[in-house]
Amino acid sequence: MAEARRLIVEGATVLRIPPHVKFRYDETRRRWVVLAPERLLLPDDLSVEILQLVDGKHSLDDIVDALMAKFSAQREEILTDVRALLQDLADKGTLTA
Amino acid sequence: MSDAPTVTRPAPAEIAPPLALLAELTHRCPLRCPYCSNPLELDRASRELSTEEWKRVFSEAAALGVLQVHFSGGEPTARRDIVELVAHAAKVGLYTNLITSGVLLDKNNMAALTAAGLDHVQLSFQDTDAANADRIAGLDKAHWKKLAAAKLIRDAGLPLTLNAVMHRQNLDRLPEMIELAVALGAQRLEVAHVQYYGWALPNRRALFPTYEALERATEIVEAARARLKGVLTIDYVVPDYYARRPKACMGGWARQFINISPAGKALPCHAAETLPGFDWPSIKTTSLRDVWYGSEAFNRYRGTAWMPEPCRSCDRREIDWGGCRCQAFEFTGDASRTDPACALAPDRPILDAARADALGPATEFVYRQIGGAPAR
Repeated sequence: MAEARRLIVEGATVLRIPPHVKFRYDETRRRWVVLAPERLLLPDDLSVEILQLVDGKHSLDDIVDALMAKFSAQREEILTDVRALLQDLADKGTLTA
Repeated sequence: MSDAPTVTRPAPAEIAPPLALLAELTHRCPLRCPYCSNPLELDRASRELSTEEWKRVFSEAAALGVLQVHFSGGEPTARRDIVELVAHAAKVGLYTNLITSGVLLDKNNMAALTAAGLDHVQLSFQDTDAANADRIAGLDKAHWKKLAAAKLIRDAGLPLTLNAVMHRQNLDRLPEMIELAVALGAQRLEVAHVQYYGWALPNRRALFPTYEALERATEIVEAARARLKGVLTIDYVVPDYYARRPKACMGGWARQFINISPAGKALPCHAAETLPGFDWPSIKTTSLRDVWYGSEAFNRYRGTAWMPEPCRSCDRREIDWGGCRCQAFEFTGDASRTDPACALAPDRPILDAARADALGPATEFVYRQIGGAPAR
């Protein structure tokens, strides 16, 4: 069996939401939710924007570029925040490569 | 009387909708674990809800705002309609989690469950030593079947959580349990020290670890968490008897969960049926909405208004929600007292005495069985 390894999220890393994780709008609470094994996340507005770009096509760099166009912040700043979020979700298996 | 239909009220703004439904489909189980969290008085098969009744519960749950359903038991796959129930829950939009011993899984029902839309499986292990695992489970070849089940689950492409209940008779093999989780391709591992409810209570002296053993286990878990970051997530539950602050039992009474017993009683947690003086609503006669928002049972210990001191003025009152009502009752005879698992509880000496007793000479296992625990 191949040894499982930690996925390190870098600029060129392309992530996706695996089939067993559900990212959907909840009509009762009127907000987006992430449903994962034994885990429930209520992402804030910025996290929702980021997760909507996690589609198995956009790399971390692509996502940062897209957010640059929307928010007036330094690229480095956005990159640091987005990478931290995606790395944390990848560490918990909520996102995969 | 809560069994009578009540008028459907709009959701009060201050009560959030439930997040999850624990569906205890049956109390039947091929295993006989002496720490089973089921009540000593098990529901018999003839009292179980029908397929249609369960489906209605899942539809009502989704409409109420429930996001996840945990199929539990007993052994949920002992229900012949398990595939139909999973399919219905998935259809109405619930995230579906199967909590299983795995001993009844085979290629056929695994494929059917996957096709039905099952999202995740939590599989229990009793030990890594096969002979000891089978002795704890009270079932021959259980361990071997569980290893096969883990492979079936992973081959089906489903994410896997291993649930390892740890105690005096398997704690030495915690490092091997962590390695087993990695080797089986699990994404998560729950290392749960036994909590002393249900069947674990009469087995306290057979199960309770020393403080030194608990500390060693905690160190092992912390080291493994660092080493396996991004590979395996480890959840860790320490026994209340060594706690300084109580656990936020169920995240607070009727704040997140609805538990439905095999016979259809709606409870704020799976152990609550042990509390006397409650008229638990039945989902046969009460809608889930009225259970959640309107029933006296769910409202009794909800929030903070019911709390005695020292909880009422404690800055942690909305962190641990006063601890566990069942434990408060078990130790003090009054479910509205502060959980003695809190070091600030006036009844703390009772917990200290229970801990001392649990560390007494070891006893033989009392195995789980229909008909309750025999008197000693």
